[in-house]
Amino acid sequence: MQNRIKKVSRHITQNEGLIFEKSSPGKKAYKMPPLDVPEVDVKSVLGDSAREDLGHMPEVSEIEIIRHFTRLSTWNYAIDLGMYPLGSCTMKYNARVNEFVSRLEGIGGAHPYQPESLSQGVMQVMYDVAQCLIEITGMDTITLQPAAGAHGEMTGLLLIRAYLDAKGEARKKILIPDSAHGTNPATAAICGYEVENIKSDPVTGMVDIAGLERQVTEDVAALMLTNPNTLGVFDQHIHKVADVLHAKGAQLYMDGANMNALVGKTRPGDFGVDLMHLNLHKTFSTPHGGGGPGSGPVACKKHFEPFLPTPVLVSKDGKLHFDYDRPQSIGRVRMWYGNYGMFVRALAYILANGPDGLKQTTEDAVLNANYIRAKLQDVYDLPYKTPSMHEVIFSDRLQTQKGVKTGDIAKRLIDYGFHPYTTSFPLIVPGALMIEPTESESKEELDLFIDAMRSIAAEVEEDPQYVLDAPHDTRVGRMDEVGAARKPILRWNPK
Amino acid sequence: MASYPSDYRFTKEHEWIKIEGSTGTIGITDHAQHSLGDIVYVELPKVGTEVKAHQTFGTVESVKAVSDIFSPISGKVTAINEELSSSPEKINADANNAWMIKVEISDAFAVSSLMDAAAYEEFIKEEGTR
Amino acid sequence: MRYLPKSPSDREQMLAEIGVSSIDDLFACVPGEYRLSRMLDVPRQMAESEIVDQFRDYAARNAAGYASFLGAGAYQHYRPVIIDALVQRGEFLTSYTPYQAEIAQGTLQAIFEFQTMICELTGQEIANASMYDGSTGAAEAIMMSVRLTGRDETIIARSVHPEYREVVRTYGQHQGLVAHEVDFELASGRVDLKSLEAALTDKTASVVIQSPNFFGCIEDVDAIAEMVHKKGALLIVSIAEAISLGAVKPPSAADIVSMECQSYGVALSYGGPYCGVLATKEKFVRQMPGRLVGETTDTNGKRGFVLTLATREQHIRREKATSNICTNQALIALMCTVYLMVYGREGLKDLAYQNLAKAAYAAAEFGKAGEVLFAGTRTPRFNEFVLQTDDDPHDINRRLLEKKIMGGLPLKRWYPELGNAALWCVTEMNTRAEIDAAAATLNAGGASAHNRDKELVGQK
Repeated sequence: MQNRIKKVSRHITQNEGLIFEKSSPGKKAYKMPPLDVPEVDVKSVLGDSAREDLGHMPEVSEIEIIRHFTRLSTWNYAIDLGMYPLGSCTMKYNARVNEFVSRLEGIGGAHPYQPESLSQGVMQVMYDVAQCLIEITGMDTITLQPAAGAHGEMTGLLLIRAYLDAKGEARKKILIPDSAHGTNPATAAICGYEVENIKSDPVTGMVDIAGLERQVTEDVAALMLTNPNTLGVFDQHIHKVADVLHAKGAQLYMDGANMNALVGKTRPGDFGVDLMHLNLHKTFSTPHGGGGPGSGPVACKKHFEPFLPTPVLVSKDGKLHFDYDRPQSIGRVRMWYGNYGMFVRALAYILANGPDGLKQTTEDAVLNANYIRAKLQDVYDLPYKTPSMHEVIFSDRLQTQKGVKTGDIAKRLIDYGFHPYTTSFPLIVPGALMIEPTESESKEELDLFIDAMRSIAAEVEEDPQYVLDAPHDTRVGRMDEVGAARKPILRWNPK
Repeated sequence: MASYPSDYRFTKEHEWIKIEGSTGTIGITDHAQHSLGDIVYVELPKVGTEVKAHQTFGTVESVKAVSDIFSPISGKVTAINEELSSSPEKINADANNAWMIKVEISDAFAVSSLMDAAAYEEFIKEEGTR
Repeated sequence: MRYLPKSPSDREQMLAEIGVSSIDDLFACVPGEYRLSRMLDVPRQMAESEIVDQFRDYAARNAAGYASFLGAGAYQHYRPVIIDALVQRGEFLTSYTPYQAEIAQGTLQAIFEFQTMICELTGQEIANASMYDGSTGAAEAIMMSVRLTGRDETIIARSVHPEYREVVRTYGQHQGLVAHEVDFELASGRVDLKSLEAALTDKTASVVIQSPNFFGCIEDVDAIAEMVHKKGALLIVSIAEAISLGAVKPPSAADIVSMECQSYGVALSYGGPYCGVLATKEKFVRQMPGRLVGETTDTNGKRGFVLTLATREQHIRREKATSNICTNQALIALMCTVYLMVYGREGLKDLAYQNLAKAAYAAAEFGKAGEVLFAGTRTPRFNEFVLQTDDDPHDINRRLLEKKIMGGLPLKRWYPELGNAALWCVTEMNTRAEIDAAAATLNAGGASAHNRDKELVGQK
């Protein structure tokens, strides 16, 4: 079967143990400069609080650290190696100029408490990126403070709650579609709301308006909606959804996880959304870094302005400053001003694109997803025929007849040199294959992916067991996750 | 194919209960353990907790799923099977004997609404074809 | 657009394969009235050189080339160059959360090493893969203590970073959490044990202290732990200056440690991204928020690592999850991991020692122009101290800025009772020349006349 694989070849990788296993007393990777002040006696300065030793902290040399991480790095798949079609995660190219500018001395070295008079440049970055994001979303104002998407959701719900409380309306419920990300209900719960699920229309995957009308009462604070939703479908009745909510005084919160399908083509602020978060690590290309850092600004309409987290960046007399005097504010959601380094990267991305580039980016993302859809829909089941935007969701219905599930196809895809798509999500599609190519893929790479997916579909027919046993060519095979969960080993211990 | 003991009663949420006098011993069915897959963790209430019929009293976890466990009857928990916290795999190995809690039954009437083994087997067969 | 890998003819060909005549057909699903009929009003597309110029311009309008004595939760320490060399490898930088273990062993093993080192440093049994930062980590630790104890009140020391306390308030406000504050002793700067004892009730889920605390003073963790445990509550120790652990005894008696790891090789970057982490006892693992990496074996018995105990998390448990947290700070945690390996068992001691020595020297020098608070009681300190002066510290700082020195952080907005006080931080980055220059300005400005006699008492 190996001759079917076009993208990758077998390759030698180095073995590497844990750093602790390389440690040996006396090895060093550092050198301190000479102390230029009088010595102190640690014991007499710290007394009983003085530390005796540092246990099993490693002692290694610099070359060993370089090799250690370089070897480890070769065991990872990455966007820089190839297509990473994880649906909903938006694994797009992370430009290197973003990394470069975020490390410039006056930016990377700025202390969060340095005087405002000496921070006008770093504050201007915040101001400029905020203006761009407000324009892109069609909103009136924004907070950059939330550290990630889920943190943005929390901030958004706290804003809704503060706004309603100020009006004397203690509403208890948040409506969440059954297709939503897990963070939505988890966030609603930590903001003290009851979660009520709403069913999607079984044919279109959109919000069922008649059902929504029944569920929206005076007790509903908001609907949290992802648009396009997790099926990659743009909700055509979005304005009706907003009208139904607004008629009862409820708010429309948009999870901006899929904003990369809309930038430059349509604006949530124009189609009735009251507030939303953005994931700078998705739409605005800040690196995922193996699982963070993210950044989750919340853009909103004017009525939320008094409640924004403190401090709020304001421009006054030609100077920028932070306004801490916000009596109606929900308070801080994290210290200082947010994941600042991500604002720098997002702004650099926006400047590299300009209005035309942002629009073309969105168009290419949608083009790529639809190309995959067109080329695979005869071999994989397409549960929702509604038009796709930036991602396409198939199901494993045809393959399960041979006992092969979405997770198995995903593992086999690894052998073909691709990162798997998102498996088993959204939950409303049993056995989902959620594929998001992003705009960063060339036609050549897409064709290789399509070829791989078609080839796997053929393998499922010819030799399903081979697919079930995948991956075959990775450094390590499938992991014993059951053993890991039953008897967790969460740290290294000396033998 | 596991059998379902004739002296047990069953719920639609796939728990079993064995009643001896006023004490009910509760676990999950073989069908439940099979559909959950490898069980990695069980969360049980403390002794003395009041449980209510049709309400959840604990959870079972596989690697990627959490399921609530519902009580077939109402009453007070008198014992829990401590062994399951270190060896949850016993449920996969022998669900009929891997009991979870023992309950002093306060509402004997509810028992009559539970299924017997034959009815339960019929129930899971129907559920499977849906 | 230079990031887009398609020619016009590629696009034409793909549209044809899809069976549509133009790209607009693919956006037909967006109702016409909401389609944007104009270009976005954002700056025009720039060349890379223009982008670099623009950011150099932003950078130039900040404090570059200043000596800094600012700390207070964000610390300037030397960052070995191999950190950026390694974390900018695309395989780390441009990968996602390691859900597919077979092709993410690099990230997974690095996190496992991070977890192990955090345990060693904090004296705890387990640690997670990281949290957003120290402030949100403290809030998550409190919610964890609520779940563990079934109680819903917490007591936070006022000597905990004021911004951490603000974040805790925000997090707790709709979760039924009652947060009390307990004061510090004016003499020692440490938690007032009598007030704490009086505040503890059988509703107290946890007590939160910071050590070294916001004033740089090291708390008596063991004594507080004993008091807290007697009431069946949990002790949460927050650590903002992680370098202290090279010299200061780890808070082993704590039940949960919430640490900000920024000091371990993370750029100041105007306040973020940083790297929080929670460490705790093994028996509390099921209530720990955030991701965890565990060791296991593959089908061939080979050692490997996986994300584990995921059932605690939002993507499975949804509204019943331990937290809504989804991302961690993996790349920042990787910076910390590299940093900790560079300094290692001996270097972290040497580094902490230099911080201690420099801060002690600076405190003695600055003490000539004012009063170093909490100094007379043998309170151990790490690399920060509070200096009280006759003049308003804002005025002093203005004079220092003329010498290209950023002075201590004025404390009046949070602690009016301390009068004209500022929090000074001195690390291995501050040279003796900088300290002497700052001291000269402090003295020359007549920062204090009233302390002349105290100064004599304070000096050996």
